[in-house]
Amino acid sequence: MTEMTEKARIGAPSAAPVIDGFTEEGENLSPLNAGPVKAHSHGGGVGVPDSSRAGRLTSYKLADFAPLTGREEDWRFTPLKRLRGLHTDALTGAAPKIAVSGPNGSEAPAGITVETVGRDDARIGTAGIPEDRVAAAAWEAFAEATVITIPAELQAETGVIVSVNGHSKDPAAQHIVIVAEKFSKAVVVLDHKGSATLSQNVEVDVRDGADLTVVSVQEWDDDAVHASAQAARIGRDAKFKHVAVNLGGDLVRVTPASKFTQPGGEVEMYGLYFADAGQHLEQRLFVDHAVPNCKSRVLYKGALQGKGAHTVWVGDVLIRKEAEGTDTYEVNRNLVLTDGARADSVPNLEIETGLIEGAGHASATGRFDDEQLFYLMARGIPEDDARRLVVRGFLFEIIQQIKVPALEERLAAAVERELAAGNI
Amino acid sequence: MSTLEIKDLHVSIETEQGTKQILKGVSLTIQTGEIHAIMGPNGSGKSTLAATIAGHPRYTVDSGSITLDGEDVLEMSVDERARAGLFLAMQYPVEVPGVTMTNFLRTAKTALDGEAPSLRTWTKEVKEAMAHLRIDADFAQRNVNEGFSGGEKKRVEILQLELFKPKFAIMDETDSGLDVDALKVVSEGHNREFARGAMGTLLITHYTRILRYIKPDFVHVFVDGKIAEEGGPELADRLEEEGYDRFLAAAATGTVKA
Ligand SMILES: Nc1ncnc2c1ncn2[C@@H]1O[C@H](COP(=O)(O)OP(=O)(O)OP(=O)(O)O)[C@@H](O)[C@H]1O
Ligand SMILES: [Mg+2]
Repeated sequence: MTEMTEKARIGAPSAAPVIDGFTEEGENLSPLNAGPVKAHSHGGGVGVPDSSRAGRLTSYKLADFAPLTGREEDWRFTPLKRLRGLHTDALTGAAPKIAVSGPNGSEAPAGITVETVGRDDARIGTAGIPEDRVAAAAWEAFAEATVITIPAELQAETGVIVSVNGHSKDPAAQHIVIVAEKFSKAVVVLDHKGSATLSQNVEVDVRDGADLTVVSVQEWDDDAVHASAQAARIGRDAKFKHVAVNLGGDLVRVTPASKFTQPGGEVEMYGLYFADAGQHLEQRLFVDHAVPNCKSRVLYKGALQGKGAHTVWVGDVLIRKEAEGTDTYEVNRNLVLTDGARADSVPNLEIETGLIEGAGHASATGRFDDEQLFYLMARGIPEDDARRLVVRGFLFEIIQQIKVPALEERLAAAVERELAAGNI
Repeated sequence: MSTLEIKDLHVSIETEQGTKQILKGVSLTIQTGEIHAIMGPNGSGKSTLAATIAGHPRYTVDSGSITLDGEDVLEMSVDERARAGLFLAMQYPVEVPGVTMTNFLRTAKTALDGEAPSLRTWTKEVKEAMAHLRIDADFAQRNVNEGFSGGEKKRVEILQLELFKPKFAIMDETDSGLDVDALKVVSEGHNREFARGAMGTLLITHYTRILRYIKPDFVHVFVDGKIAEEGGPELADRLEEEGYDRFLAAAATGTVKA
């Protein structure tokens, strides 16, 4: 164990070398929420407002969270008007239908159980607690939850596909719990499609020695609005990989969190997003190093094209005082393909102990421009292929991490479609 | 045997101050097996000529022609020109985020040949060419030109020249920014490819230094968008001693004195 390394930086903007066309890290309010209140203050509620992630209010009660103004630290990039009532209305709409299977409609791997349970089920609340008003609203509103369990020591051969199909635009709440029991191993895919106005809480309980991958794919129809809080609790020597894929929907805001509760845990969090004209895709992750000797790696990559395409990446990593021996690194890269798109990227590393293995972050936003196109074409590569080459190469690193071949192919194809649709 | 023929080429660009004429009637013919050096002061239009041949959209051809074995190059898109056998080693190679050198080289080779190269021989070929040019093996996994030093970028241009085997190579100040060792390595790379006997070269340079390693058959002096004087290798020696002053003064007064 060494003292805090050189690369560690505390809550500072990225000092990574910038590449051509670099845009400053976003520190602006969403244009729709712009107001006079200074950044880095939290909107009311109980608990101590604090710019540290450790001080953020958490509560199961909606009433504990003040109504949103858009000036809150964690909402400042989100165009609230486009939330379609998720932050103001009662979430009484019909929740999207859930169906569990194996890849391509096959049977779900043997041994895995799927239950629909009431609010009083003991497994609800084991991994997550809402950290914002929209998540709390869903927590209060859901009628029944889906619990997916990978039994102890089960090694699932194929992926578990949880299809979430939306058919209604009424604001709705949904609750999903995934339990990976001791020494189990599985890949669970949350596959979101159709149309919805949905606030969702996903709790993931990764018990001791388990090895769980959760891939959340948001391939909604163009009009969907989706806020999803995905909170994982990591047991002793457990491995958790989370992949957030944000492609379709008008406004998608995913907040994945991983909290280490015992030493020896390892977390990898990946994200891939591709925003078209007018789309708002927001990803705010949190890694809570609350215990010693855990490791986390974060890599999010996004591509943007078209007027008003907006992506937000916020990476909060907190190394608490107790978390000696922590090893963490987080990276966000964005590729802006056309003018008029905007990528905000805010890494935020807080370190409360010097006794760590390593901690660092990097963030850069690059542009694909006409000179790059010319260079590739001057080597014989046709224009369409040149663009695909760049985007595919850029995003492939994330797709590769999924390890469910059928899904990898589907996502690669989806990225191609995004490119074709943008007609760039 | 191929011929690249440039006839009475007039080229302009759009600037904020309006249209600016840069090439004012350039004629030049290069055959396979010939090395032509184009020398001239800064701003005389050398890169403009190179980029126009490659088809950069910024440059407008107002009149004149470029043909490759009789085919109208100006009718071709940028990628078609490359596939027809024209290669431009750029003065300022562009960084392409998200694309590894390996991926880029294979994709380009596939596009140029119309079929994917056999993986085994191709990998070997790339490795060998990189070793010759003293490019570190780990560059294969780096993104195209991203974070490469000026000298590394130039080596990578020559790497492509060796791998893509064009009919005509246009080298735009490949020598600038190179130390003597790198200059030798890069020149040898060109000479290896040239020695195969299937390429002609248009070597654009500001200095005579590179001409010690790449021996030109013809030297053209470029001044103010035109060829002001032409000759054999001896002209380069004379430029080495006298510099461009004689031509610059002439361009100002409109006369050329021999
Ligand atoms: N994008 C542009 N905008 C304005 N002027 C330009 C532009 N590109 C080229 N020019 C002008 O055209 C002229 C020729 O430029 P060019 O780059 O072809 O010269 P060069 O001979 O290659 O010079 P160097 O030796 O510095 O490389 C110069 O006067 C230059 O300033
Ligand atoms: Mg030049």
